[in-house]
Amino acid sequence: MTTVATQIKLTPEHNARPGASVRSHLQDALPKIVLAPSFAITIVFVYGFILWTIYLSFTNSKTFPSYAITGPRAYQRLWRWTFESDPPSSWYTSITNMGIFGFLYIFICLALGLFLAILLDQKIRGEGVLRPIYLYPMALSFIVTGVAWKWFLDPGLGLEQTLHQWGWTSFHFDWIKNKDFVIYTVVIAGVWQASGFIMAMFLAGLRGIDGEIMKAAQIDGATTFQLYRRIVIPLLRPIFLSAFIVLAHLAIKSYDLVVALTSGGPGGSAWLPSNFMYEFTFKRNEMAVGSASAVIMLMTITAIIVPYLYSELRERPR
Amino acid sequence: MSAVATPARQVTGGISARTVNRIVIYGLLALFALFYLMPLFVMLVTSFKTMDEIQNGNMLALPQAPTFEPWIKAWSEVCSGLTCVGMKGYFWNSIKMVVPAVIISTLLGALNGYVLTKWRFRGATLVFALMLFACFIPFQSVLLPMATILGRFGRFGATLQNATGFSFGLGNSTVNLVFVHVVYGLGFTTLFFRNYYEAFPTELIKAAQVDGASFFQIFRRIMLPNSLPIIVVTVIYQFTNIWNDFLFASAYAGSGDVMPMTVALNNVVNTSTGVIEYNVNMAAAMIAALPTLLVYVVAGRYFVRGLMAGAVKG
Repeated sequence: MTTVATQIKLTPEHNARPGASVRSHLQDALPKIVLAPSFAITIVFVYGFILWTIYLSFTNSKTFPSYAITGPRAYQRLWRWTFESDPPSSWYTSITNMGIFGFLYIFICLALGLFLAILLDQKIRGEGVLRPIYLYPMALSFIVTGVAWKWFLDPGLGLEQTLHQWGWTSFHFDWIKNKDFVIYTVVIAGVWQASGFIMAMFLAGLRGIDGEIMKAAQIDGATTFQLYRRIVIPLLRPIFLSAFIVLAHLAIKSYDLVVALTSGGPGGSAWLPSNFMYEFTFKRNEMAVGSASAVIMLMTITAIIVPYLYSELRERPR
Repeated sequence: MSAVATPARQVTGGISARTVNRIVIYGLLALFALFYLMPLFVMLVTSFKTMDEIQNGNMLALPQAPTFEPWIKAWSEVCSGLTCVGMKGYFWNSIKMVVPAVIISTLLGALNGYVLTKWRFRGATLVFALMLFACFIPFQSVLLPMATILGRFGRFGATLQNATGFSFGLGNSTVNLVFVHVVYGLGFTTLFFRNYYEAFPTELIKAAQVDGASFFQIFRRIMLPNSLPIIVVTVIYQFTNIWNDFLFASAYAGSGDVMPMTVALNNVVNTSTGVIEYNVNMAAAMIAALPTLLVYVVAGRYFVRGLMAGAVKG
């Protein structure tokens, strides 16, 4: 019906005016013309720049970019540093920290988020007050979070001092100044910031579960614990996946938090690969090595994100 | 899911298992509320204390004699490195960067979402996938080339300045940051609008086309008036992200009087000349946090929706 109407309306115009066909061509192309700048920007400034960074990583750029390819020397150096654990190379520290931070951050955020969501889902009075309290840190910048926690964890000013004043004088907590433990303070601040958001994701998931399933299980005599373990948590699988993606991507990108909370830690002991990249590129004048480390970060994220995006976009039947 | 009431099993000595259960649940929830509130609380009370009270008092105690002095000092006197002009200039730097960046990226996102859902063409999904992937890249992988290009812009701007007396904003740090944030925010804004418009009835568009409405007329008269929720979500998401950005800001406007708020705050806190005034530092941190906190308090629901939309593509 619609198509017929369109034809009837359009055909005479096409024949009547000579300029009409040019105009209708333009009309047809208009959507693409509108989208083109954004797409071109993405191609150049994302994909072009990534290629540029990859290119730089194969040169011997120091303070300024140099464009003569000199082979994979930067990667060879990173590879050598990967095993240089005593004394640890900056790269060794960065990737070890990434492992510790990434694992603990993702695991604790998921566990705590799920736990809080389940608690909040027990017909709680005051849920409307509690939820925003759990979630507000996500609105703060990593810099503010870092500044707040730096103060809170400072042995001379914060928690330790407070507990001493309250009479617990043997209490000792100086992780933020300890090169072996400083990365765990980054985990604490990171979890504080993101776990409320993960809670909100799980809560939305819980609210989406059909109440009938729950009732049926209860009638069958399932205990609350069984109910959650056998029915609810398996149903939340898609949320786990989304939350994992969000957290993994936040973890690999974490840069600001380390800077603000620890200023890199004693001797760079709190560095993540993102800090390594920044320091080597802009402070130590090792642009090629910095670029190589950026490429490795990108590869890691790509390995996680591309399969995810592929499945998300493919499932939509078109 | 309606909540699962724990079945009260046995009543033992007057207090039912259910009551105990409730107490435990509320206790845990309150404990975690404390955990989330503590740093903000400490930051807030410290910002109203005198240095004397900080050194001799308890971190958690309320200020004995609340003073606005640290806030005033943070706003107009605090030192970042060797310049002591307060945070106010940096605050406006951030505003001048955030407002245009949010408007431009939201508008482009709306247009992109409109084209990608209502004017589909061959390869539209691929275009979208390529733009979407850009949301996830670690920005370290584009940091250096962007620095080089911005440097070129700056030199070109200087040439223009000499030739025409006007640099067209090229080389200006704020303009640079607006550009950078628009470029790397496009993926998100496009994603938001695309997912929203996907559910918008295509029949309405078809009907309007039959009536002879043009591409832009449909966008202006039909799509935009129906997009308020997603516009709010996108604006809040972009505002929060751009205001809170540190990496780009420190790489492209990392010193001098062009710094945005986050970089300035980090410099203030790490300035170690003279006595470190913790109360002023905390007031500065609060000033940096206030705009996004305010947005969160006023429009928390939309804030969460934005985060979710960025996470769950469904």
